[in-house]
Amino acid sequence: MKKDNPEKILMVGNEVIGEAAVSAGCRFYAGYPITPQNELTAYMSKRMPEVGGVFIQAESELAAINMVFGASCVGERAMTSSSSPGISLKQEGISYLAGCQLPAVIVNMTRGGPGLGNIAPAQSDYFQATRGGGHGDYRTVVLAPNSVQELFDLTYLAFGLADEYRVPVIILGDGALGQMAEPVELEPHIRYKLTNNKKDWALRGNKTGKHKIIRSLLLGKGALERHNRRLEEVYNKIKDKEVRFEGFYLDDAKLILVAFGTSSRICKKAMEVLRSEGEKIGMIRPITLWPFPYDIINKKAEDNVKFLTVEMNMGQMVEDVRLAVEGKAPVHFYGRPGGEIPTEKEIIEQIRGII
Amino acid sequence: MKKIYTKSKILTDTPTHYCPGCGHGIVHRLVAEVIEELDIQEKTIAIAPVGCAVLAYDYWKIDTAEAAHGRPCAVATGMKRMLPDSIIFTYQGDGDLAAIGTAETIHAANRGENITVIFVNNGVYGMTGGQMAPTTLLGQKTATTPKGRSKSREGYPLKISEMLAILDGVCYIERTAVSSPSNVIRTKKAIKKAFQNQIDKKGFSMVEILSPCPTYWGLSPQEAMERIEKVVVKNWPLGVIKDV
Repeated sequence: MKKDNPEKILMVGNEVIGEAAVSAGCRFYAGYPITPQNELTAYMSKRMPEVGGVFIQAESELAAINMVFGASCVGERAMTSSSSPGISLKQEGISYLAGCQLPAVIVNMTRGGPGLGNIAPAQSDYFQATRGGGHGDYRTVVLAPNSVQELFDLTYLAFGLADEYRVPVIILGDGALGQMAEPVELEPHIRYKLTNNKKDWALRGNKTGKHKIIRSLLLGKGALERHNRRLEEVYNKIKDKEVRFEGFYLDDAKLILVAFGTSSRICKKAMEVLRSEGEKIGMIRPITLWPFPYDIINKKAEDNVKFLTVEMNMGQMVEDVRLAVEGKAPVHFYGRPGGEIPTEKEIIEQIRGII
Repeated sequence: MKKIYTKSKILTDTPTHYCPGCGHGIVHRLVAEVIEELDIQEKTIAIAPVGCAVLAYDYWKIDTAEAAHGRPCAVATGMKRMLPDSIIFTYQGDGDLAAIGTAETIHAANRGENITVIFVNNGVYGMTGGQMAPTTLLGQKTATTPKGRSKSREGYPLKISEMLAILDGVCYIERTAVSSPSNVIRTKKAIKKAFQNQIDKKGFSMVEILSPCPTYWGLSPQEAMERIEKVVVKNWPLGVIKDV
């Protein structure tokens, strides 16, 4: 319910994710300590018992994601969170969630990699997040917030999409978003109505004479292909209905920046500076990284524009931009890997070098 | 004529895929009988493992989730915490429980999760072709210990039940076998107690059941049962390991 004068409070991003989960009806959280998302785990340890939910500090990321799997099997809204190395460990469970068509929300406050990397904000898990991540033929919905308010909105949305399509949903943030404090309204700024939590597939004990089974092993001839096709149908529906992005100055832009999350904030500043100098710069900010907003990029590629993709990695989303553009427009890339954040000045220089 | 014994209503009519002489069929039956006798079918959820018993849900009429290899105790934790009045049990083999799932098993036990664990120990990986398990006995030949398990190469059989018994969160652990009618009866009693403990909210209960694998022991079904009685129980002594 939207209030007329909603109260804004100052909160740290990681804690806002927790509060959004609570408001979306999440009542199970399991996690394992890793920087830079520890504020979320600590917040849930306090908040879950207050709302009658369950918090467990798991013995590992593997255990945490499998506890979420268990809670989801019995029909509860469940979440886990981590950062890059921990998300790699969770991939086993994410693949099983996808195979079993179980809803769950997984938060990745990405840090630098590969390996232990560092604890600085990064966007280097784009490939892992948008290509399934674990073994097998599957996708997860990937939401990329770029503000503390959006951490709230998209976490809330994540639970809705997870339930609606019975898929795992990834929130792909980074250490900067998780640790920054911004004014936030603790209600979603997004038109989405969570359905009730009644799940007829959930395991609750055999009361009807017909027992329910949740599994991903399908050995019969053709059984797995049929299952894969069913998943494909779900993914196609998501691709049709759930693409989200934000566009700026797309009507007259000659150069369109493409950026998500933290780097999109800096790109927006660079765009505004150059706009004030009369340069026709625009921006597309994908909010869903999967499904990716291919269509709008493809459409703009026909308008004699150039693209500059800016990422905090060595070039991952740019591959999707190129797929979208289909060779119809030049696609440039500027990235800072290793937990470094591109500056407004660097981006402006890059743009000037192109236009 | 008085009917004195019949198949449990909890079991389906599906023929099992188990090899001749396998112990899983007996253990499935005992679990089904216990669930029927305790009248808990409507609130029981099972977790099937990765291993020979992965298809257990085809054989019993119990709501069942299939966990990733080694993770049943973590999955059970998520279920039980959200549905504390339900009855949650895992059905696991030795590789699942005591190799790839060691951490999940130990930590669920240590948290005192109020769940029941049915642990079937046959000392090999049956599903994948008879490789060495954590519980393979010294000298035992397997697909990956062709000269027999050696303590210097592969280390000792893992005493997971004894390890778990020292944890404060554990209320009951018993080791039984399905190698003779009397042992089968004792196994059923132990399984019933492990479920009753959960109903009484007493904490983590586990029954380790020594079970034959004629196929990968290279023995006939009868010889495999005899091996349990003559060899296996010497290494894995039967009896209550913990009961508080």
